[in-house]
Amino acid sequence: MVDMKVTLSGLVLDNPVIPASGTFGYGKEYAEFYDINILGSISFKGTTVEPRFGNPQPRIAECSRGLINSVGLQNPGLKAVKEKELPELAEIYSKPVIANVSGFSIEEYVECAKAMDEEPQVGIIEVNVSCPNVHDGGMAFGTLPETAAEVTRAVKAVTTKPVYIKLSPNVTDIAAIAKACEEAGADGICLINTLLGMRINLEKRQPVIANKMGGFSGPAIFPVAVRMVYQVAKAVNIPVIGMGGVESARDVIEMMMAGATAVQVGAANLVNPYACKEIIEELPKVMEELGIEKLTDIIGIIE
Amino acid sequence: MDTKIYTIVSNKQLTRSIYEMKLEGDTSMITAPGQFLNIKLEGFYLRRPISICDWNENEITIVYKTVGQGTKHMATLEPGTELDILCSLGNGYDLEKIPANPVLAGGGVGVPPMYGLAKALVAQGKKPVVVLGFNTEHEVFYEEEFKALGADVKVVTADGSYGLKGFVTDGFDSADYACACGPEPMLKAVAAKAKDGQYSFEARMACGFGGCMGCSCETKYGAKRICKEGPVLEQEEIIW
Repeated sequence: MVDMKVTLSGLVLDNPVIPASGTFGYGKEYAEFYDINILGSISFKGTTVEPRFGNPQPRIAECSRGLINSVGLQNPGLKAVKEKELPELAEIYSKPVIANVSGFSIEEYVECAKAMDEEPQVGIIEVNVSCPNVHDGGMAFGTLPETAAEVTRAVKAVTTKPVYIKLSPNVTDIAAIAKACEEAGADGICLINTLLGMRINLEKRQPVIANKMGGFSGPAIFPVAVRMVYQVAKAVNIPVIGMGGVESARDVIEMMMAGATAVQVGAANLVNPYACKEIIEELPKVMEELGIEKLTDIIGIIE
Repeated sequence: MDTKIYTIVSNKQLTRSIYEMKLEGDTSMITAPGQFLNIKLEGFYLRRPISICDWNENEITIVYKTVGQGTKHMATLEPGTELDILCSLGNGYDLEKIPANPVLAGGGVGVPPMYGLAKALVAQGKKPVVVLGFNTEHEVFYEEEFKALGADVKVVTADGSYGLKGFVTDGFDSADYACACGPEPMLKAVAAKAKDGQYSFEARMACGFGGCMGCSCETKYGAKRICKEGPVLEQEEIIW
């Protein structure tokens, strides 16, 4: 029997596989396909204080081995998430979840994080300073070490639960930003959010996406994600959750060898609703093939 | 709703850019006309959402237009090819709300879901008036199939090369109840002549089952996902 358990800031997960925020809603669409209790955890859809519709249509563009989205943090707002979505999620998922929070100001991050800190179901607060789809917020905070640290400090000051900062790859030195977050008190780092991308419809001679640009994800970005997870894991002494194009058990192991303690799966869920289930079922077999008894033994083994 | 393997029975060209594909496999999940499939294609990352035209115990018919690389690839697939398909998605038309004499309007590639709807309504003893709109004569398809259902069928072409000249809205005076599928300006024009109705919308989608919020639209009752709470919306909730 192989051991798939991993620990994030004291929180023990049965396995390292976590659906990524924005690709899994609040779980119920996937619970129609399988019992989602097999998941290590769930990072639910990013929350802002006010309800948001997000960006205009169209907001999806296909790419080679991936897609661009410009959803733009559509969510029902903090009140509805607490009163409706989380109680409903608790009925279909019994383990601690990851609360992904966003904001357009430090105050908004603080308000969302504080509210999520009160939720018994929430095990980790994931602070999204990296959404490429909103102007004057989101990614802006994650592109400089100073502002990323400022958000981290503000959120840490009002929370008791572990705070993980989700970083953008659209920066010159992601390790410096991760270090700044660690110094500001972050308990962990999540990376990478989507890469800023663009597609053009040649017949119409206009961008495919109404917002012109959006976040590029899917297996095409996996090598970039592995490289950045490696760089950040080497730079900090807090756990790293790796993500970006993961679609198989071998990808999970590659992310962990690069330095990730747990792994999030995003785009893969959208093309195969069973992606996380299949990865979890495949993991023990792949571990045996690779001679891995305990998953924790391989975290960051690449020098 | 589940992902399953379906086998292509036939893949026939109907017009220059319209193809009819018959797929053999499990159809037990289909609950209403107007629902759709999301089809995985070798070499393409996202599935292709295509509306269901017709179905029976073990076969689904889809009629699709070759618009991009994915649908062009679909047109090359041979009978016997196996496809990974997510079936069935979306709400579909609510038959109970449709009265005895509705107008069904289909424009271009919006015609196929109207076929399954007309068939279901006829089976209920209702008498739909079907208006099919196309740009020009050589784009016309499924006229005979609709007639074979026993429906009252009118064909309209924008250039007048076949049937009535004009748009689908020129095919009926007014309607107490309309069901339509086609380009959004067409849906809006149909709704302007109808007291009530159900309208099927299109959107660029990623997942097709409500996971990504990629296809959301705003309605009078808040945001709805075209893939999940749609693709069929009620006339009174639509914000044009």
